[in-house]
Amino acid sequence: MSASSPISSPVEDVIPDKRDKFSFADYLGPVVVFLVFIGVWYLLSSVVLPEQKRFLLPTPHKVIKEGFFVWQSGERRGLQPILMSLWDSAKVALLGLGITIVIGMSLAVLMSSSRWLERATWPYLVAVQSAPVLALTPLIRALIDGTQTQRLLVVVLIAIFPIVSNTLFGLLSADKSQHELFTLQGASKWTRLVKLQFPAALPNIFVGLRISAGLAVIGAVVGDFYFRQGGVVGIGAQIDVYRNRLWGPELITAIILASALGLVVFLFFGWVSRRAIGKWHIINRGH
Amino acid sequence: MSEAPASSSALLSFNNVSMTFDDGTKALDNVSFGINAGEFVTVVGPSGCGKSTLLRIASNLEANTGGTCSIDRNSIGYVFQDATLMPWRTVARNVELIAELHKLPKAERHQLAAAAIELVGLSGFEDKYPRQLSGGMRMRASLARSLVMKPKVFLFDEPFGALDEITRERLNDELLRLFQHEGFAGLFITHSITEAVYMSTKVLVMSARPGKIIAEFDVPFAYPRNHDLRYEPEFGELCGKISHALRGAHQ
Repeated sequence: MSASSPISSPVEDVIPDKRDKFSFADYLGPVVVFLVFIGVWYLLSSVVLPEQKRFLLPTPHKVIKEGFFVWQSGERRGLQPILMSLWDSAKVALLGLGITIVIGMSLAVLMSSSRWLERATWPYLVAVQSAPVLALTPLIRALIDGTQTQRLLVVVLIAIFPIVSNTLFGLLSADKSQHELFTLQGASKWTRLVKLQFPAALPNIFVGLRISAGLAVIGAVVGDFYFRQGGVVGIGAQIDVYRNRLWGPELITAIILASALGLVVFLFFGWVSRRAIGKWHIINRGH
Repeated sequence: MSEAPASSSALLSFNNVSMTFDDGTKALDNVSFGINAGEFVTVVGPSGCGKSTLLRIASNLEANTGGTCSIDRNSIGYVFQDATLMPWRTVARNVELIAELHKLPKAERHQLAAAAIELVGLSGFEDKYPRQLSGGMRMRASLARSLVMKPKVFLFDEPFGALDEITRERLNDELLRLFQHEGFAGLFITHSITEAVYMSTKVLVMSARPGKIIAEFDVPFAYPRNHDLRYEPEFGELCGKISHALRGAHQ
């Protein structure tokens, strides 16, 4: 080859995109599981449970009829009050999740920059993660004023661990040679964080976000149980009332809607994740 | 065996460079040689003899414990064993990276990147992500990224070691073309004697650890080199001599 010859183009082929195509089987799975779930539910509520205890688990059609299709009955029964409390809890869960993300990611950045700080903080994060929050409620009530703040604190305590651990793991996942590339150009710590460590951490950050989002909903429901005041109460408090008064259809309706909230938040972050990193992040399923 | 005295006009020179790691491992022992403009020097040697350490010292990734190494550190291109592309950046954005770290204005680095991409034959692949490229194409992108800043000295740390032979030979030709076109001085590390002779103006043989230069061979073939050169008798003879020296290095 001579120096003046035209530039040869690489013959090595571009690896084709293997995007998942729409497949009927992908949607069949969830439908089958749903039908099995409904079947087991009917079995439990009409066969397994003894007659006098069937009020604990009303049949699906009874839940739909009395839980979903009654708009309002008295002060607390019906779909309208359930949706109101769900919205109240959703606000706490989302605001709490926002606070959790800011605190959790900042903490992970600090921990990634200092081995000392990482070692100093880690055991206590694990402790917070495993501490039974209900045992802390008297302390929280004594230390913090305001139901809203108390509820937010519960959300943060319950949801923070996956954000911190996944972000930290991601920030530390960049290759040694990629780091050396930055070292060779005399890059600052900040440049390294923004242009190397943070993008490298994104797949892990999204895993953490999806887990924490679900936990934030749980945290909001748990917070409702322990910290409530007059007026509109959260879905957790509503569930507590239905449980005490043995209002089966309303209880199940509230539980289903609370789970649906968790599912929606989870799916939302999955969608954001695909938008943000789907183009370059490779998922290896091993087959 | 004689060691080349480092010339004062060299772009890169090692003078009695020694390297002992913190754990007491002696990696390099009194290494001296220089590389002038227009030279392409390749170091071959047994695994773990400290070849790569030479590059790490030249680029200041490691500090040598003895002797001196002089080089203009603002004008180094470094090509790693793997392509070290950022998977979240397209080819064009990857090639821009070093210019970006040097805070060049956007328009200028777009222009430099486009030129470098054309130079390595990746035109048309600017918007692909690394996962969509073959190993050879990733290495081309990696080369382009270093070419953007037009370094005077290029350090190559076994860049083609992981590629299949056909791709490797093709990239050898591409790199030689760039060497002539861009006029940088090269220091190349490899395990392959054929690659060393084919690429270089000079081949240095290193001993097993602690590494020192035990033999030096000038390669007389003129550039541009044709890939059939590999099957010429003189080429084979030179490879044989180097292989012989390497055998000594392993003992």
